[in-house]
Amino acid sequence: MSWKTWSLKKSVWVFHVNTGACNNCDIEIVNLLTPKFDVERFGMKLVGSPRHADALLVTGVVTRQAAPRLKEVYRQTPKPCVVFAIGACACDKGIFHAGYHVVGPVDKIVREEDPNAIIAYVPGCPPKPEAMISGVVKALSAL
Amino acid sequence: MSSALSNLFWILIFPGFLFTVVLGLAASWIVRKVSALVQWRVGPPFAQPLYDIMKLMGKEILLPQEAQRHVFIAAPLVGLAGVLLLSTMLWRITIAETAFVGDIIVAIYLMVLPSLALILGSSASASPHAAIGTSREMKLVLGYELPLVLAFVVVIIKTAGHVEPGQQLSLAAISEHATVLSVSGMLAFLASLLCVQAKLGFVPFDIAESETEVASGVIIEYSGALLAVWKLMHAMMLVALPLFLVMVFLGGFGTAGWPLVAGIGKYVLVLVLIILIKNTNPRMRIDQAMRFFWFYCGIALAVAVILATIGNYYGISWL
Repeated sequence: MSWKTWSLKKSVWVFHVNTGACNNCDIEIVNLLTPKFDVERFGMKLVGSPRHADALLVTGVVTRQAAPRLKEVYRQTPKPCVVFAIGACACDKGIFHAGYHVVGPVDKIVREEDPNAIIAYVPGCPPKPEAMISGVVKALSAL
Repeated sequence: MSSALSNLFWILIFPGFLFTVVLGLAASWIVRKVSALVQWRVGPPFAQPLYDIMKLMGKEILLPQEAQRHVFIAAPLVGLAGVLLLSTMLWRITIAETAFVGDIIVAIYLMVLPSLALILGSSASASPHAAIGTSREMKLVLGYELPLVLAFVVVIIKTAGHVEPGQQLSLAAISEHATVLSVSGMLAFLASLLCVQAKLGFVPFDIAESETEVASGVIIEYSGALLAVWKLMHAMMLVALPLFLVMVFLGGFGTAGWPLVAGIGKYVLVLVLIILIKNTNPRMRIDQAMRFFWFYCGIALAVAVILATIGNYYGISWL
């Protein structure tokens, strides 16, 4: 393992992208920063700009309006980066699967931009914070 | 030749780059750990700042299409160079008792350099968020420079009462007297502690790079190694600026024995004060910050200058 990958695993900075979520997954993401879970123990922190990020936490089914923005945010993230599809909607459209405004799950839109993108899925409605931490651990050990 | 080599050693290794970076990374760990403890969390491991820098060094550097590339790339290096010179100078004055004419003014200039570099870099990055951050940073610099210089005037007046006629009034002479042990010195210390808070970009004066409001503002477009240079610069400022306060107000740093222990204690005291202010305050608006610095700090320091002059004139050392 090169020093780049090693240090990336030690310090994952996360940018939160909402592509049309009902806000429930977002609340659970913020839970990760609270004293109970405190992901800063593992060097993770939320950053304000995709250019500082190593991981994109995408919540929500991708709407027509959000799809080009999601691609833009993915382009703005310096590589290597990991995309996390958080919640049932982001993984596979969820209860909005027949909606007129829905263009697809997160992985489809991101793969249109970059076929080799690293995408991790954390299902649940909303997923528990424990599930998110477990998803991050699995994705990082696959790097 | 050998003097050039030893100067290089001074700048790059011992009190300069390497030493200050290691200390600064440790200090930024202390900032994060104490903040975590205040919020009842566990906080990051000790080497976390080092991991962050290593990771950023290995990442891709993205240059915005519209950016002024040369300025965009040069700005973090200019800022780093400024802090490097400042910290080398302060350590050198502490360790080797070096003094040169006008070192006080040089220190004031070098302390503005990181903020100027931030302004340059963010205005070159062609991002609307960075533009907002730039204008806020400029106003903030205008705001805190006045009280900082006034606080310095207080210190100079106080020290002028102590130095022998003919002795040079330099930073080394200033650092021999604990100016904080007087009414005017205390006022000046408190005001310049808040100025240092603003220079470090910490809450309540993180107006220029507020993450939740303008998405990291001034450094929004920086990524990879360039961002790592900004982080290094900030880590070194965490050493240089509290050290500056210790030298100017708290009677300086010793080089051996109890004075050294006391110096470390003073440094940690200033750092913890800064962290506690950071963790117990909400962010100010830029107009509130300017009013605070110009009006409240300005008046308090004007009073301090008058008190110091009276104290000097009548020989009352506690004023």
